[in-house]
Amino acid sequence: MPRGSRRRKLTLDYVSFMIVFLGLPLALFLVFVIWPFIQAVFYSLTDWTGYTAEFNVIGLGNFTKLLDDPIFMKAVGNSIVLAIVVPLVTIVIALAFATLITVGGSGKGQVQGIRNSSFYRVVSFFPYAIPAIVIGLIWRQIFDPSAGLLNGILTGLGMEQFSSFPWLGRVGTAMPVTMFVIVWGFVGFYMLLFIAAIKGIPAETYEAARIDGAGRFRTAWSITIPLIRDSVQTAYIYLGIMALDAFVYMQALNPNGGPDNSTLVMSQQLFRTAFTRGQFGYASAMGVVLAVVTLLFAAIVFTVNRITGGRDDGGRA
Amino acid sequence: MTTITRTDELVRSVPQPTSSERGDRAVAGVSHTVLIIWSIVVIAPLLWTLLSSFKTSREIFASPFALPASWNFDNYVSAWTSAGIGNFFLNTVIVVTCALVIVMLLGAMCAYVLARFDFPGRRAIYYLMLAGLTFPVFLAIVPLFFVLRNVGLLNTLPGLIITYVAFALPFTVFFMYSFFRGLPDEIAEAAAIDGAGEWRTFFQVMLPMARPGMASVAIFNFLGLWNQFLLPVALNTNQDNWVLSQGMAGFASSAGYAVDFGSLFAAVVITVVPVLIVYIIFQRQLQGSVSQGTMK
Repeated sequence: MPRGSRRRKLTLDYVSFMIVFLGLPLALFLVFVIWPFIQAVFYSLTDWTGYTAEFNVIGLGNFTKLLDDPIFMKAVGNSIVLAIVVPLVTIVIALAFATLITVGGSGKGQVQGIRNSSFYRVVSFFPYAIPAIVIGLIWRQIFDPSAGLLNGILTGLGMEQFSSFPWLGRVGTAMPVTMFVIVWGFVGFYMLLFIAAIKGIPAETYEAARIDGAGRFRTAWSITIPLIRDSVQTAYIYLGIMALDAFVYMQALNPNGGPDNSTLVMSQQLFRTAFTRGQFGYASAMGVVLAVVTLLFAAIVFTVNRITGGRDDGGRA
Repeated sequence: MTTITRTDELVRSVPQPTSSERGDRAVAGVSHTVLIIWSIVVIAPLLWTLLSSFKTSREIFASPFALPASWNFDNYVSAWTSAGIGNFFLNTVIVVTCALVIVMLLGAMCAYVLARFDFPGRRAIYYLMLAGLTFPVFLAIVPLFFVLRNVGLLNTLPGLIITYVAFALPFTVFFMYSFFRGLPDEIAEAAAIDGAGEWRTFFQVMLPMARPGMASVAIFNFLGLWNQFLLPVALNTNQDNWVLSQGMAGFASSAGYAVDFGSLFAAVVITVVPVLIVYIIFQRQLQGSVSQGTMK
């Protein structure tokens, strides 16, 4: 209970206040967020196509159909790979950079940050301010086989075999390159988050470790990471949820799912099923699967963090 | 470094031996190298985009590095007018501004009530908001399409605004919730004793006190709404009402050779510059709010 909360008398002032302040936002939220979620679960049990008024409740039919749908299962696999690799790589890089910036400076005695750190922070954060669709478009041009920046640089360095290498058009490279683009977009933001968390650790802790003879890597591994593990957990969950969606990056880089569907993800397949083919019931079932995978992912991260000794503070916004 | 004669003094006054100092330098050097490489990886694509936005499509295909033959704004003009970016830009400004103002007001009001009043169902509403924050928007997108169609707001700007508000609400409420809880009680009590009603207490006392928190949330909401993609793509398919991200996606999905690459790059610059300006103006605030988020 909030400290200052006390039951108010039901005056006109109070009642009108509550209706407007609580009722209005809540009504909006229920109609446009919660109600569609509930409907989606219901539609997932039907064969509705959206353009006819009638439809039949077919129970779990859509879900068994999904299990036999090789394209959707491929998309599920790709999404899961994304949800595992993207957060891991992003967090490792962001943590490494945050550590370099906060304790990489040279100086006598005291642990201190690197010089010009604000420059690195501002620059690394740029991608976060760029719309995801634009990030995708920029990188699609960079990876362009003939006119792109990357192959221009590589051939300039004498690697002629890359003169028209289709980075996004080969099964072997399309997914890694896509992951790189997503990581590029998020490292800066999480670096800032970790810098803030590291700065919250008292300087004395680092001093003590240093006096005890711990090196930088030892300090980062045994002190920084355990003390900011809650930030890491938050980052993991956010990144995982984002990677399980990934719709916008995929639409920009490979709108049709990539070579041999190698970059097709659940959200793309859902969108196509709903708005191109009009199979709304079936698409809703995909949405339910996506939601279940997302919740499972969050649950796994929480559990792993708890088993490995972190404290659970679910209230963190 | 000091001269040999002063070595004794140095050793006594500095806890680290000299070798560790040299190690410090090496670490700093490596750190700078790594971070500079990353900065190049971030900046180079953006500069290349800027450069390409001045080139004709033929120049773009001739060489990725060559400078444009003439520096002019032809691509910008054609992107703004014939590719419709000007129109999309205006739509985006309208939608984002309206949605931002409404969601900040409604979000602050809702958070204030949840944080400082005691009534039955308070916790349930709080957890409902949490659910709205964690569930993927994709699950809701199909029914949302029909909800909007039934109230006649599909493919309209007001429809888009109201959806933006609804989906930005949980985040806003969460952030402002912790903020309002942190405000001291005494001031609200003093206002009540002075005879201010609930409405006046909020608008004249509590809301002004919450300004720093409002600013941080507003920046994040601005970035989030300006960059919003799925909601407009699914719910706003009338090309006259497109927002910028849809215009960009239009470039992405049209067939390769038909694309005017010069205006594509120009359109990218037009889309990125306003957000980068907002970011650079508010970057201190933004970094502050990132740290606030983790300290809580």
